[in-house]
Amino acid sequence: MSTIKIRSKQFPDYTLVRVLVAHPMETGRNKNEDTDELIPAHFIQTLTFKHNGKVLSQCQMGYGISKNPFFSYKIKTAKAGDMVSISWQDNLNYSDTLEHII
Amino acid sequence: MRLTRLSLSFFIALTVNQSLVFASPLVDQQQIYAFYQTVFPQLPFKDYADGVYAIDADAKTSWLAINEFPPYEFELEEGKALFQKAFNNGKHYADCFSNEGIAIAQLYPQWNIKTQSITTLATAINDCRIVNHAEPLKFAEDEITKITAYMAYTSRGQKINTVIPSDPAALTAYELGKTYFYQRRGQLNFSCASCHVQNAGKFIRSEILSPALGHTTHWPAYRLKTGKLGSLHRRFIVCNTLIRAPIDKAQSPALRQLEFFLSNMSNGLTLNGPSVRK
Repeated sequence: MSTIKIRSKQFPDYTLVRVLVAHPMETGRNKNEDTDELIPAHFIQTLTFKHNGKVLSQCQMGYGISKNPFFSYKIKTAKAGDMVSISWQDNLNYSDTLEHII
Repeated sequence: MRLTRLSLSFFIALTVNQSLVFASPLVDQQQIYAFYQTVFPQLPFKDYADGVYAIDADAKTSWLAINEFPPYEFELEEGKALFQKAFNNGKHYADCFSNEGIAIAQLYPQWNIKTQSITTLATAINDCRIVNHAEPLKFAEDEITKITAYMAYTSRGQKINTVIPSDPAALTAYELGKTYFYQRRGQLNFSCASCHVQNAGKFIRSEILSPALGHTTHWPAYRLKTGKLGSLHRRFIVCNTLIRAPIDKAQSPALRQLEFFLSNMSNGLTLNGPSVRK
């Protein structure tokens, strides 16, 4: 089960690509209620958005972003059949990628 | 004289009896809908299924936008996997329910003749686990909520159909739920009805109070505040906390009776759970 979900919708003058990523996004300051110990920081550091293999955006993210973050992109040049992809990498070196055909 | 007194007491007994018949669940439902029609004259019956978004146009716009890509989808997938996972004896949840557990959530809560108590979807899931020698799940926590989310998802579009049989015990349970709804309690001396009947549609600080009609259609609900799915009973507990009342536990008899009463009120509305709420 991928941690990423992508959906796209075409409008007359742009294409809207929406992305939902399942990630705990722990800041490192939350405590485990049972043991009273800090939960180690675990958050996405880079999120890359590509259109037909070309990087359109790269987010440098920190722990200020919410759990299971949601992003949306508007692309003017995309056509039906184009491929977009999202990939993320976090501070514990986990990563995931998903490709999506518009 | 004596005869008159007798006939008078007989007359009183008759009227009391009649008033019991008069306040049947069906009549209660018609009366509450008639009341809400005076508060929201423009609102069609089916729109009550959307809860507060039926009466708050601004919030509805952003709610519909969220619904295009709802944030509970990951939890829904986990719920589906949990529902389909076999118990140690090789049986499944599907074996415990009619129609293999698909499109049946609208039938709960229902009266269980054998145990003379109310079965909600959550207690039915735990009963199924006990029959199959699995540990019962903790009510109002993540795992059972995810399973009910999947079962509600498969029941989308069905009409809420809570049957209250004319069994005296069932009617008593229903009446207790109704009493709970109208009974003032807690340090703030509020009843459920104080907000959701008498002040429905008005502001409480920045939020609009929803009508009680339609309160049971959309569970479990993903709250943007908590960032996960929560059950109806968890919401009851939050309400009781807010009015500083003693807390009834999730799936306790009192809260099941309340669900029984509320769900009967929403009979005929479309089930649309799981859903997103502010």
